[in-house]
Amino acid sequence: MKALLIGEYRQGKLLDTTYELKAFADRLGADSVMLLVGSEAELPKYDGRLYLADAGAYGEYNPDLHKQLVLQAVEKEKPDCVVFVHSSYGWDLAPRVAVALKAGQVSEIVALNEGAYEVNACNAKLRRTVTPRSGRCVLTIQAGAFSPSGEPQGTPQLERLELSGAPSGIDFVGYEAAEQKGVDLSKAEVIVSAGRGVGKKDNVPVIAALADALGGELGASRPVVDAGWVDHSHQVGTTGQTVSPKLYVACGISGAIQHLAGMKKADFIVAINKDKDAPIGEIADVLVVADVMQFVPAFTARCAR
Amino acid sequence: MKILVCIKQVPDMESRFRPNGEKTWYDESDLAFRMNEYDEYAVEQAVQLKEQLGGEPEITVLSIGPERTVEAIKKALAMGGDRAVHIRDDRHYQKDPWQIASMIASYAKGEGFDLIFTGMQSQDRGSAQVGVIVAELLGLSCATTLVGFSYDGGTITVKRELEGGIKGVAKLKLPALVTCQLGLNTPRYPTLPNIMKAKKKEIASLTPAELSGEAELTATAAIYPPAKKGGGLVLEGEIGVQVDRLMGILKEKTAVLR
Ligand SMILES: Cc1cc2nc3c(=O)[nH]c(=O)nc-3n(C[C@H](O)[C@H](O)[C@H](O)COP(=O)(O)OP(=O)(O)OC[C@H]3O[C@@H](n4cnc5c(N)ncnc54)[C@H](O)[C@@H]3O)c2cc1C
Repeated sequence: MKALLIGEYRQGKLLDTTYELKAFADRLGADSVMLLVGSEAELPKYDGRLYLADAGAYGEYNPDLHKQLVLQAVEKEKPDCVVFVHSSYGWDLAPRVAVALKAGQVSEIVALNEGAYEVNACNAKLRRTVTPRSGRCVLTIQAGAFSPSGEPQGTPQLERLELSGAPSGIDFVGYEAAEQKGVDLSKAEVIVSAGRGVGKKDNVPVIAALADALGGELGASRPVVDAGWVDHSHQVGTTGQTVSPKLYVACGISGAIQHLAGMKKADFIVAINKDKDAPIGEIADVLVVADVMQFVPAFTARCAR
Repeated sequence: MKILVCIKQVPDMESRFRPNGEKTWYDESDLAFRMNEYDEYAVEQAVQLKEQLGGEPEITVLSIGPERTVEAIKKALAMGGDRAVHIRDDRHYQKDPWQIASMIASYAKGEGFDLIFTGMQSQDRGSAQVGVIVAELLGLSCATTLVGFSYDGGTITVKRELEGGIKGVAKLKLPALVTCQLGLNTPRYPTLPNIMKAKKKEIASLTPAELSGEAELTATAAIYPPAKKGGGLVLEGEIGVQVDRLMGILKEKTAVLR
């Protein structure tokens, strides 16, 4: 088994998730080679062959060109699988490569299961094992699901990749930084977060009152922010803030992977959800099965006493 | 301008799910279905573009699924779609993203769409593949995970959401396909007059046999509820008792309450 691992590089930096690809290949028991559209100044520690294409020449986000580079490496190496992280880079690029190779793609693998790949369905309420039916396959792995066991080591043997005049329909303009204003949740000791289960904007102050009573800050899940109930600076998750409070109270939050990614390092997690099967129950220390709008005011009153 | 919006009907994610008899997908009985959340943003963006261009573009809504799928299609028409294509397929759930995308591309091939909108993923399967595969099969420029969209004179400018709140800005010339992320816009609720108007709009019906069929490239070996790690305490019952017990636990286990 041989895996071609596609590393990630953004804004001049190698992304750490690149190391999860190697950890995944090791778990598969596969030999690996890596490809990176990046820079020689930011090489991963990697004990193997690394195809390097210059991000200066091919852009940090130009999937049409990056696809051609991946296909070149596939041509040279004839791997059994091409592996990406399921990230904004990977989920954009992987299907393009899969179509070009007419290979089956398995997205967002969370575990291995006797030769099949495990993925979540229905917001992690179900799991599927998926098997590719094509000789070669394309895989994307869930960020965080395959952590490297030790410190990454090694010096890659470089091989340069170049393209000649491949056309692209995409013109990358640049990056826009995240907004810096608002609350810094990263230092909060207590965070009480409002999710969609809170129901409407008018109910948010009820959650904020509990945050106050516990001497903490108000957090929120994405739909609450998208709906304009709470400012973006309160959002917890992959596209919000990563937090590690002593206590995290999730009110009406289902526990989607992108939300968990931002808060699972909390020391103690309390979830209030009317659905006993909500995936948040998997990581909560205490799951209170109740309607948030009944439970939270009662609990706030008790804290204030 | 001709616009295509691809939508899917999915169950309410707050439902209880259990595997179907064949153990290939979830059992549909007792589930309430609605339009895939990501697709609502796709429909809304198409309708906003039509409004921006003075109503000129024609918006076709396409969905693959069984009879019930018509409900999601009608909602998209009531939001502002002009006409719809329903690919009636009772076995849709057995098809992998490659097969689904191939059906869509097979329909779209001769139609000359300038712009195709899809959601970035479905809430039930979550493969995030279908839109991109359609673009590749049709040879269209493609950008995924849009949280910003603007159109001007044949070029679209998109904002892609990246990790950590950063956005990537890119320009694409039409024809193109984009996949939409949560928060791209605020999807409208269909008004009663628009729901009435939508009843008169054409919903063409196709069968998979009329489109090019492809063999699957991946297969579901099994579907099952994830093993419960357990460990966490579940508090059920009367609110007053729950409040007391949580208070006790927090006092004992955390330094937050004294
Ligand atoms: C690329 C990408 C990035 C993302 N980034 C983020 C991110 O940074 N942060 C984030 O949060 N999400 C993010 N998401 C979205 C994420 O996938 C989920 O859609 C989101 O976290 C769901 O928010 P929620 O739990 O509040 O809502 P839902 O999933 O709708 O859950 C609502 C919950 O409330 C419960 N509920 C309903 N009514 C009540 C009631 N009366 N009392 C008690 N409980 C009730 C329900 O049982 C349900 O479990 C991202 C998604 C993608 C694709």
